[in-house]
Amino acid sequence: MSQAAPILLLVNGREHAVAMSEDTPLLWALRESLQLMGTKFGCGMALCGACTVHVDGVPTRACVTPIGTLAGRPITTIEGLQGTVANVVRAAWVNADVPQCGYCQSGQVMATMALLQQHPTPTDADIDAALAGTICRCGTYPRIRAAIHAAAQQLTAAPSSVSTPDSSAAPSTTTPSQN
Amino acid sequence: MRRRAFLLAGLGTGGALFLGWTLLPPRQRLRGQHTPDIPAASGTVALNGWLTIAPDDTVTIVAPKAEMGQGIHTALAMLVAEELDCDWEQVRVSHSPIDRIYGNVAALVDGLPIHPDQAEAPLARGVRWLTAKVAREMGVMMTGGSSSIRDCWMVARQAGAAAREALLSAAAEQTGVPIADCRTERGVVVCGTQRLRYGSLAAAALRQRPSRVVLKPPSQFTRIGMPTRRLDARAKVEGAPLYGIDVSLPGMLYAAVSMPPVLGSRPLHFDQQAALARPGVRAVVSLEGTRYGDPPGVAIIAESWWQARQALPALAIEWSPSPHAALSSDGIMTTLREQALHGDGFAFRRSGDAETIVNTPGARVVESLYEAPYLAHAAMEPINATARISRDQADIWVGTQVPGFTRDAVAHVTAIDPSRITVHQHQLGGAFGRRLEADYAAQVAMIARAIPGVPVQVIWTREDDMRADFYRPAAAARFRAALSPTGNVRALVVQSASQAPFKALSQRVGFLPTMRGPDRTTAEGTWDQPYEFPAMQATHAEVTLPVPVGSWRSVGHSHQAFFLESFIDELAQQTGQDPLTYRLALLTRHPRAATVLRRATDAAGWNTPLTRTDDGTLRARGLALHWSFGSYVAQVAEVSIDRAQQPRVHRMVCAIDCGLVVNPNGVTQQVESAIIYGLSAALHGAITIGNGRVQQGNFHEYRALRINECPVIETHLITSTEPPSGAGEVALPPVAPAVGNAIAVLIGRRLRQLPLRLSASGDGA
Repeated sequence: MSQAAPILLLVNGREHAVAMSEDTPLLWALRESLQLMGTKFGCGMALCGACTVHVDGVPTRACVTPIGTLAGRPITTIEGLQGTVANVVRAAWVNADVPQCGYCQSGQVMATMALLQQHPTPTDADIDAALAGTICRCGTYPRIRAAIHAAAQQLTAAPSSVSTPDSSAAPSTTTPSQN
Repeated sequence: MRRRAFLLAGLGTGGALFLGWTLLPPRQRLRGQHTPDIPAASGTVALNGWLTIAPDDTVTIVAPKAEMGQGIHTALAMLVAEELDCDWEQVRVSHSPIDRIYGNVAALVDGLPIHPDQAEAPLARGVRWLTAKVAREMGVMMTGGSSSIRDCWMVARQAGAAAREALLSAAAEQTGVPIADCRTERGVVVCGTQRLRYGSLAAAALRQRPSRVVLKPPSQFTRIGMPTRRLDARAKVEGAPLYGIDVSLPGMLYAAVSMPPVLGSRPLHFDQQAALARPGVRAVVSLEGTRYGDPPGVAIIAESWWQARQALPALAIEWSPSPHAALSSDGIMTTLREQALHGDGFAFRRSGDAETIVNTPGARVVESLYEAPYLAHAAMEPINATARISRDQADIWVGTQVPGFTRDAVAHVTAIDPSRITVHQHQLGGAFGRRLEADYAAQVAMIARAIPGVPVQVIWTREDDMRADFYRPAAAARFRAALSPTGNVRALVVQSASQAPFKALSQRVGFLPTMRGPDRTTAEGTWDQPYEFPAMQATHAEVTLPVPVGSWRSVGHSHQAFFLESFIDELAQQTGQDPLTYRLALLTRHPRAATVLRRATDAAGWNTPLTRTDDGTLRARGLALHWSFGSYVAQVAEVSIDRAQQPRVHRMVCAIDCGLVVNPNGVTQQVESAIIYGLSAALHGAITIGNGRVQQGNFHEYRALRINECPVIETHLITSTEPPSGAGEVALPPVAPAVGNAIAVLIGRRLRQLPLRLSASGDGA
């Protein structure tokens, strides 16, 4: 493909040699070269957040980040999330019936993971600040907010326990509360 | 008389097709010509076209409706599972193949211009019955028009019940226990002391011909009506490759496209050699454009999408002059206003002599003109498709609301027989009506055939997606109401004007290509509402303009509801009456409408004082009611104006009556979804045209609501025993008028244009 030497990307704890030019946005390297499809193309201008990954632990828009700047730096995608916080967040998402089309949800979850790192018990304003960059056209925002609060509560109450979705905790059918 | 004539003429548009057709009874929708796509692990049995059972007891629901976020796969699974009595934990869902049995009946019946109040009148019943029969024959697969549950409500349950009966029959045969003494229990047939798993009975069940299929009465439902979580949520938080854009095939190449910046333009010259010299580029394809609406242009196929995209400028395309180069939104709105005022409108409703009453000298008349702009769909997943075209065979991998039209489009471009074209349906990363089109199927076929046998994935940029959309039509409407001395409406006259989206779609995809007569979708939302005006005339002037239009969530209702419900509020205000009381007085014979109004206003505390917002600004409430797709929705918006003169919506309270609710979680999700999608449009949404160009390209210019702008949403489902009606779109129409009516209270003046802006200046990002 390209004559230049492959670029070594450290994605989800594994090193990958990517034979793409260094101006290629990380998004396309992840999707085409590494076959990691969870990171989505939405706008190509860092406007929608669908492509959010973590680089050095910081939420980063993969659609505008050239791979030439990333050699050797740890990159985490939705597929690489693991551990208690990730499990609790995912379970909270399922419990609150958050996703609709689901296309933006990788970005929403990646933004949330970074938020909870900084603010283990985020306020609504913290949530607004951390997730305002991630557009959902289906309108899952109220449930995202509820799921973040639920996850934070569970993580601070019993940091080691991990919930799984269970049918006894069905969300309210009429009023998903914002707070 | 003109309206009645159309009802018959409307059928005539398909009339030629009747000859020689046997009209399918509803039950014939159970078994099709194509077996559902069964995974290679064999032993799996398709008991009918709607479900398969594997030896390990996995039940796979075969869903003819596209999952695009609306939760239909979970709801369809609930319908089948209710009657099948299987173990919910074992239920999976897959998209169905294309078959006539999956044709959408409900949406076609819905397209008839019959007023809801007259739906049960003898002539209307006859027309609906005949249309349903025709729809079953035509077998057009379509997910849209909030029709999926209405369409599958009976047949999916019949499929589950028929399969259960066959399993019972097989178990009785195997055990020798009389069938009357056998029963089912969560995936097991119990015959006396013996318990036989569905998975072990499926093969034998296939040979049974159950004579009697009885559906449960609603009083015995154990699953339908229970809040049920989505079956696909887990996959969606793990980043699973569910969507068309996630398709990856061995040897696949990628394509980027360049489409005309000016509507109606086409490439005259481009530098093919320069593009071919760019890294990774494998082919340059000239696109002619087809009747499916894909514009002419140039595509570049490369080893990676980024290479293809980066090579586009090297084409240095010279575009032809366009006859629409002077087209502008200002000019379009002038035309629409002119047509709303003076155009020749088709009368969708004429009761009493409303025009005469309004024109009577000395009558007290309130008059207003309302306007709405074009809107783009802007689904999060940009338009994309993957195709592999060989000499006499084609495959297309795509997320679509219309798999049959998608196949037709590939056949149209490649001249390959449709029987040798496979549509691989994927989940849709949003659609909102955009994926009712087959333009991208035609385009990918044209591109992929340039390299036969090699799969090519076309991905549009966000700008492509926004500038080559089929927009919600811009519209204008003029209202005139004659009032009695006490402020009661004596007559209402409305004329709206816009392009006709369904007619445009029909022509593109070849469905009713010769559709004449009025297009219901362009006018819906005024003439079909439940208000009991003593006299009413609702007309619509159809306007032809070069801007492509299509179905946008709730279609005509999306703007007509804003027009009508704002005007009703004006009338209440003008006569010094409470907006709730005023509406209720016009709904004495429409208890379902009155009920949602009362429920929403009770929950919102309509008559209680409002507290100020944190920053000290005042809040006000606005109310709106709307009927669409068979359902009644009322909303109360709580709004303030912030210091930057931007409306802020704090709370939306919604009551919805959509008949019997299959999945309360699903309906609640759809209400939230429609409100937020509706708020994006009400507060920010406008596609404008300048010098023939669509002026917005990405989310900084066409804003979507973000989480920090999102209100608290409270949804109240009305308990009902009516058959299910629409849910996916119905909560959108009341959003803009509810917010607008609140703003009118706050600022003491009426905003009659969408989006709702306090000043004429733009809506900065």
